Amino acid sequence: MSIFADADTRLVVQGITGKEGQFHARQCVEYGTKVVAGVTPGKGGQKMDAIPVFNSVAEAVSEAGANCSLIFVPPPFAADAIMEAADAGVDLIVTITEGIPVLDMMRVKHYLKTSSARLIGPNCPGIITPGEAKVGIMPGPIHKPGGPIGVVSRSGTLTYEVVYQLTLQDIGQTTCIGIGGDPVNGTNFIDCLAAFEADPDTRGVVMVGEIGGSAEEQAAEFIRQNMSKPVVGFIAGMTAPPGRRMGHAGAIISGGAGTAQGKVEALKAGGAHVCEDLGRLGELCAKVF
Amino acid sequence: MKIHEYQAKQLFSEYGVAIPKGGVAESADEAKAVAETLGGFPVAVKAQIHAGGRGKGGGVKIADDISEVVKHADAIIGMNLVTPQTGPEGQPVKRVLLEKGLNIENELYLSLTADRENAGILIMASEAGGMDIEEVAAQTPEKIIRVHVNPLAGIYPYHCRQAAFGLNLEKELIKPFSQMLTALYKLFVDRDCSLVEINPLVITQEKQLYALDAKVSFDDNALYRQKEVVEMRDFDEEDPIDVEASKYNLNYINLDGTVGNMVNGAGLAMAVMDTIKLAGAEPANFLDVGGGATAEMIENGFRLILSDKKVKAILINIFGGILRCDVLARGVVKAARNTEINVPLVVRMEGTNVEEGRQILADSGLDLQTARDLKDAGEKVAALV
Repeated sequence: MSIFADADTRLVVQGITGKEGQFHARQCVEYGTKVVAGVTPGKGGQKMDAIPVFNSVAEAVSEAGANCSLIFVPPPFAADAIMEAADAGVDLIVTITEGIPVLDMMRVKHYLKTSSARLIGPNCPGIITPGEAKVGIMPGPIHKPGGPIGVVSRSGTLTYEVVYQLTLQDIGQTTCIGIGGDPVNGTNFIDCLAAFEADPDTRGVVMVGEIGGSAEEQAAEFIRQNMSKPVVGFIAGMTAPPGRRMGHAGAIISGGAGTAQGKVEALKAGGAHVCEDLGRLGELCAKVF
Repeated sequence: MKIHEYQAKQLFSEYGVAIPKGGVAESADEAKAVAETLGGFPVAVKAQIHAGGRGKGGGVKIADDISEVVKHADAIIGMNLVTPQTGPEGQPVKRVLLEKGLNIENELYLSLTADRENAGILIMASEAGGMDIEEVAAQTPEKIIRVHVNPLAGIYPYHCRQAAFGLNLEKELIKPFSQMLTALYKLFVDRDCSLVEINPLVITQEKQLYALDAKVSFDDNALYRQKEVVEMRDFDEEDPIDVEASKYNLNYINLDGTVGNMVNGAGLAMAVMDTIKLAGAEPANFLDVGGGATAEMIENGFRLILSDKKVKAILINIFGGILRCDVLARGVVKAARNTEINVPLVVRMEGTNVEEGRQILADSGLDLQTARDLKDAGEKVAALV
């Protein structure tokens, strides 16, 4: 079992003929993901390797049976691409694109309330259910299939570090999700925690947060009230100065809010096992799980 | 991206938001000429820098006649203005804004911000104008009115009424206030703002509303579609090292410690800074070279780190996913040769093609240590400083 993506995921890659889209579509295929279609408006009828390219997501759904979209469209066109995917009826939309204007994402977020589609990202590495489907840009081989741990994170390479430490401890993963580093995103920590709590094969969760906003604090409250499974938490940015944007658009301490210290305290109060030294995260997980 | 007060007021003016009569000057002579067109006194002489708290640092003065205008302009232009927001090094003042004084009856606070929690635009208003809004929020949160606007639907009269009634505005002011707020909303959306703030928003004895101060900043992600906004950028207000980093497409932030570090990915970069601190040393910077770093970017990253003379050692931590370790290792070797690195180097690599990468570093003849894992890397680099 897993959450959001599995062996039945049928992927369409939006922006498949671009450099990034092409490279990562191939990586997904190599991992074993069913990549059934690509979309590049104006290039319908062509093929990328053996993958048929369509002009619209609607065609990818009706002709190729796509139920999940992976978006590599550049920022000026990304909001359009996300809403097109939602209208076409895919269940899951994973947006890798970094640098989408905040106002665009605000509108998309409200628009998606009228749709049943789930958005992961933007500005994220995507989602992987090891051994079943990789919908994203993460390196496949560091993951260990079979569970029993779920991973959810706001970051990219930091997630890889965490997953790798789990794998070295011989702890497999059910599903690993990067929810993205932007201030406005689709799926949040709580969505993932709730799904992991409901997934019978997931026995515990590693949650990786960072400075900025209050998503971790809200997640901590959710953990306190709703999680029966153990959660190991890590927060990046204990040494981050206030008022500076730390790479991710959402990673900023403003007006004294959003500090790592505050998030660590909240997670502890929520009953999570907080790891304060990333170098020892794997050891802690081996103890807790 | 931030702009100056006078630029923000030009934008206000374009959208029909009333501002005091005024003009900009870059010398005392220009200031005199501007003041003579204002038609009376007092005249406010206001230093134009991005940082707030200008009044506290002596950057805002009131002149009662033309000789005082010249005196104040002469003193402020060219001064190094230190405010609570500039840090102790201060910021040189290149120009002043001269404005005719108003008959102020009351001062309010009004702002629009991009609200990440609700994915909407948040209007905040308060009767406690002229004060630091974060202070008001901390001490008397009930004095702040919050109105959320759904960006798909936009602003409606009821949003404005909610703010106006919350501010206890007199009946005759409700309509002009609503017009002003609607105009500010339009400005916010048209120009991809992240903040539009008026503090104070003034009610005059003649029952007119004026933006006495103006602060506007923009969403960096949207600058590609805001050419006029980009033209307002003032590089003199930015840290030169930040400007250089943005030229190279690198996320670099200078800090106070002695351990330089280079990492791929923002979250991991923050975590590596924390690891350095836990190992007993202090990070000298934040540097995210991104997932698609090239040899050239790594070289530029070294240059940025080495431009900070406090740096005594450098830690490189790369988790190779898409960026393969062998490519990275070649980049490090090339960059190390081209930039003459004169401090010890600790490298930790993991991920795709890691064995090959380690071999390239071992064969390079460079004076560097490799680390087994993150913990080992932090301890090794901390031992060097």
